Amino acid sequence: MKFSFASLARQALSGHQGWPEQWRSPDPKPAYDVVIVGAGGHGLATAYYLAKEHGVKNVAVVEKGWLGGGNTGRNTTVIRSNYLWEASEAIYGHAHKMWATLSQELNYNVMFSPRGVMLLAHSHHDEVAFKRHIHANRLAGTANEWLSPAQAKEFCPILNIDPGIRYPIVGAALQRTGGTARHDAVAWGYARAASALGVDIIENCEVKAIRRDVNGAVSGVETTRGAIAAKRIGVVAAGSTSVVMAMAGVRLPLESFPRQALVSEPLKPVMPCVAMSNTIHAYMSQSDKGELVIGAGTDAYVSYSQRGALHIVSATLEAICEMFPIASRVRMMRNWGGIVDTTPDRSPIIGKTPVPGLFVNCGWGTGGFKATPGSGHLFAHQMAKGEPHPIAAPFSLDRFRTGALINEATAAAVAH
Amino acid sequence: MLLIRCPYCEMERPEVEFRYGGEAHRIRPDPNQASDEEWTEFLYFRANDRGTHAERWRHAVGCGRFFNCLRDTVSDRILATYKFGEKRPEAG
Repeated sequence: MKFSFASLARQALSGHQGWPEQWRSPDPKPAYDVVIVGAGGHGLATAYYLAKEHGVKNVAVVEKGWLGGGNTGRNTTVIRSNYLWEASEAIYGHAHKMWATLSQELNYNVMFSPRGVMLLAHSHHDEVAFKRHIHANRLAGTANEWLSPAQAKEFCPILNIDPGIRYPIVGAALQRTGGTARHDAVAWGYARAASALGVDIIENCEVKAIRRDVNGAVSGVETTRGAIAAKRIGVVAAGSTSVVMAMAGVRLPLESFPRQALVSEPLKPVMPCVAMSNTIHAYMSQSDKGELVIGAGTDAYVSYSQRGALHIVSATLEAICEMFPIASRVRMMRNWGGIVDTTPDRSPIIGKTPVPGLFVNCGWGTGGFKATPGSGHLFAHQMAKGEPHPIAAPFSLDRFRTGALINEATAAAVAH
Repeated sequence: MLLIRCPYCEMERPEVEFRYGGEAHRIRPDPNQASDEEWTEFLYFRANDRGTHAERWRHAVGCGRFFNCLRDTVSDRILATYKFGEKRPEAG
């Protein structure tokens, strides 16, 4: 069913009792052309673009848990594209452009809100690094501008620019076109649109093994819901990518760390933008429900526990209270962790692997949500054609051997 | 927060006293002899195990020394800590 004013009016008159399921929940078929492992935003987007742009409709997306229940439902929904290197600007910029029309594309309101993303500088080093980013961004056609402390406060009135605080704000880099979107709606919107094109989304279906044929190429997966044959398999499993890829004997340069976030009780609108501080590991925005959405840094150690240590979030909240004194008596409602798969250069890996037919899209680390549409779009191209899209080509697994790294440790905006 | 036993101080201390040092028992190949693959492996590839993980920690605000640790990466339970140079114990 297409969402429109007419359908809304019709449902309203019948008491909203007639809304159908938004996507099918089929049992797995014995074989598909493509199996995607992981029904988060990136995996569902991949399936959608495979069906929509490449005509590959016999696709299954298998998910160990529930749809969008991993990092898609755990991130802090920040969207921006102010990365340093041209390859990064191209890939994040590609995604950024797609956000603007995604709700229309999917006929599903993903609540994209380009309210501005401000990266706060606390020291001379921050200032130099951010200005370098701004210049690089402007050369690449990505809008990004430098604000003085007073201009930063004008843009975000609750910001504390007192020069006497522990980490004073000496300026900020502002990307006005950055913002947020509703994370769950992105997963649901892609699931609904992909399902309508014939993609099977199979939840509660954990991959236990990856089958190989006599030539070493993939021939399917064994799951908790039976064996599924497929000649092409795309692994989009975020923090668990290493575990899934080990089933095919492929090692990846990934480490999986817990990353925490938390939300406050709902407040009136007080926070007009996203403000991020790399130096003191804290950033904040406000959801449409009124909760302050706060992100912390990663825990230091490898873990799959989906929870982190209290001293990490307490350090984040101390920083938030200093930068935004208005938040000092706000109560936090929920705190959780997600497992982020980080690469040595903090850039993603998209492309083929040494195993024929096996593709991987991983390593988005602490900032994958912003890339969701672009990541799915480029990975679908890779899986349909067997060769990378030009924008995705620099993000191959092979770059760690050749040395052509794309170092975005600063732009990741989270201290690792 | 983890409670980590420093094998040198022989005390359980809170995690904030320590710094994580990455995967343990890694051996640096000779860069003049190593192939590209071996060198790439050494530089960039880590265990990232789901389950028992051998890792280094440094008791930064205590004795300052590095030691090794076995930890379950699903439960975050520490299974053993042991001095540098000692053999990795059987998990448990």
